[in-house]
Amino acid sequence: MQIYLPIAEVSANAFLLFGVGGMVGLLSGMFGVGGGFLITPLLFFIGIPPAVAVATGANQVVASSVSGVLAHLRRRTVDFRMGSVLLGGGLLGSALGIWVFNILSSAGQIDLFVQLSYVLFLGLIGAMMFQESLRAMLRNRSAATRPPRRNQHNWIHRLPMKVKFRTSGLYISVIPPVLVGLAVGFLAAIMGVGGGFIMVPAMIYLLGMPTKVVVGTSLFQIIFVTAFTTLMHATTNYSVDLMLATLLILGGVLGAQFGTRLGLKLRAEQLRILLAIMVLLVAGKIAYDLLVRPDELYSITVPRRH
Amino acid sequence: MRWWAILLILLALPLRAQDTGERVVAALSQNNVAINATFVGSEILVFGAIRREAPVPPDELGVIVTIQGPSGPLTVHRRERVAGIWVNTDWLEVHEAPSFYAVATTAPLESILTEEEDQQHAISVPRAIRASGTAAEDVPAFTEALIRIRADQGLYQQLDGAVSVDHDTLFRTRITLPSNLTEGTYLTRIFLMRGGEVIDVEEAAIHVQKVGLERLLFVMAHDRPLLYGLLALVVAVAAGWGASALFRFARG
Repeated sequence: MQIYLPIAEVSANAFLLFGVGGMVGLLSGMFGVGGGFLITPLLFFIGIPPAVAVATGANQVVASSVSGVLAHLRRRTVDFRMGSVLLGGGLLGSALGIWVFNILSSAGQIDLFVQLSYVLFLGLIGAMMFQESLRAMLRNRSAATRPPRRNQHNWIHRLPMKVKFRTSGLYISVIPPVLVGLAVGFLAAIMGVGGGFIMVPAMIYLLGMPTKVVVGTSLFQIIFVTAFTTLMHATTNYSVDLMLATLLILGGVLGAQFGTRLGLKLRAEQLRILLAIMVLLVAGKIAYDLLVRPDELYSITVPRRH
Repeated sequence: MRWWAILLILLALPLRAQDTGERVVAALSQNNVAINATFVGSEILVFGAIRREAPVPPDELGVIVTIQGPSGPLTVHRRERVAGIWVNTDWLEVHEAPSFYAVATTAPLESILTEEEDQQHAISVPRAIRASGTAAEDVPAFTEALIRIRADQGLYQQLDGAVSVDHDTLFRTRITLPSNLTEGTYLTRIFLMRGGEVIDVEEAAIHVQKVGLERLLFVMAHDRPLLYGLLALVVAVAAGWGASALFRFARG
């Protein structure tokens, strides 16, 4: 069934859009990533103009994140206090990121910079996660007697302004989460994604949060980041397509519910290794696009009408 | 006064190139195209007749029908390998390129249209594109790429032999407007050709407009952007909550 999308000004198959939304929602509910990195290229592939794909993708992520968070909420796997602290740092970081982004884009070649930072960051994070979770899986298989390494004391625990994050089972200074939020917000603004991809590993490895809590907490803060992005795009570029968004959202919210259930069935290290594989695949795909000769060397950019 | 007018008309008549007294009269199957939610493209039938007072001239008759969508500026980028990586390097700024352009003819375009007439009336696809003030040196390669990409999307169509003529008088053709259509006025031109020259031109407009929900959303997105953005968020949150409630209900 073809549906004409009023802002994108193309017609697309409604079931295909529903399916794309569902798939991205599934991953979102499972891993706590927004899925903006995935939905934008998929929509672009269907023939949606890039500006509309980015803006409408952000709107869909709001919906699947709300759906996912509500599912996590019932299982008490959302750390609101940690989420709010990360969000505070994140908003500050993204303001800083937008400022740097504008400087870079006036210097030209922002696209290349973004793609290279994607490959570098995602490749590095993915490789580290993969190695760690593989080791954890092997260790679990060989001997289950070893005590978990969490609650280790290091320099992070000597910082002032300690706060109790009950859901995460942490009693740490508020400074590291704020800095993590700041850094992720900064990178997310520059790279044009919600940042769940960097946030989730940072919460696991830098803050030492339990994997199960990380997914819900990440989704919680993604809601606000993507809601802000949606509003920004709607008011400055007029590029949010409500018809397209509705179809993606219907798929997305259902996918997120299934994803959450699937994610909770998996063991922590299984979840981490799957996420690591996905991160590596995305990094690999971008690297491939940069290195292999494209079929069509030319591309058309049409400025949006106002 | 009246004598002057008649004299002027008499003087002007022979100025019309090779006036054989032939005129084209044309009509369209529809002058309005409504884009609703289930719009999958539209087919326009262009038909008409050639009116003449004198006997049929010996030169071969040609009919060219063009439909041109709203024009606007765009940029064509080209990738090149720099240090092993494919990046956008050169670009061409195109000042005016139609969002849609179709040319239907009775015979291959170059056999019924001279270069000069094409230049004057901007009939062929490359002539419809105006690329000036470029940043790259290699202009033809860029315009060819633009035409190639848009032709693949069904936006630029060259339909040689798609116009059929009966008894040297009646002609008809069908042109398909694709589903990825933009709003605006689509100018239709019907050229009557003899020996590569334009004898007569007739013009008509097709109005393409979004209707119903499509129109409502488009207008709201542009006139009330903040409200529209908030509405998008309300839809998102409501759907997210709805799905969660549905699943909880389904599980009892």
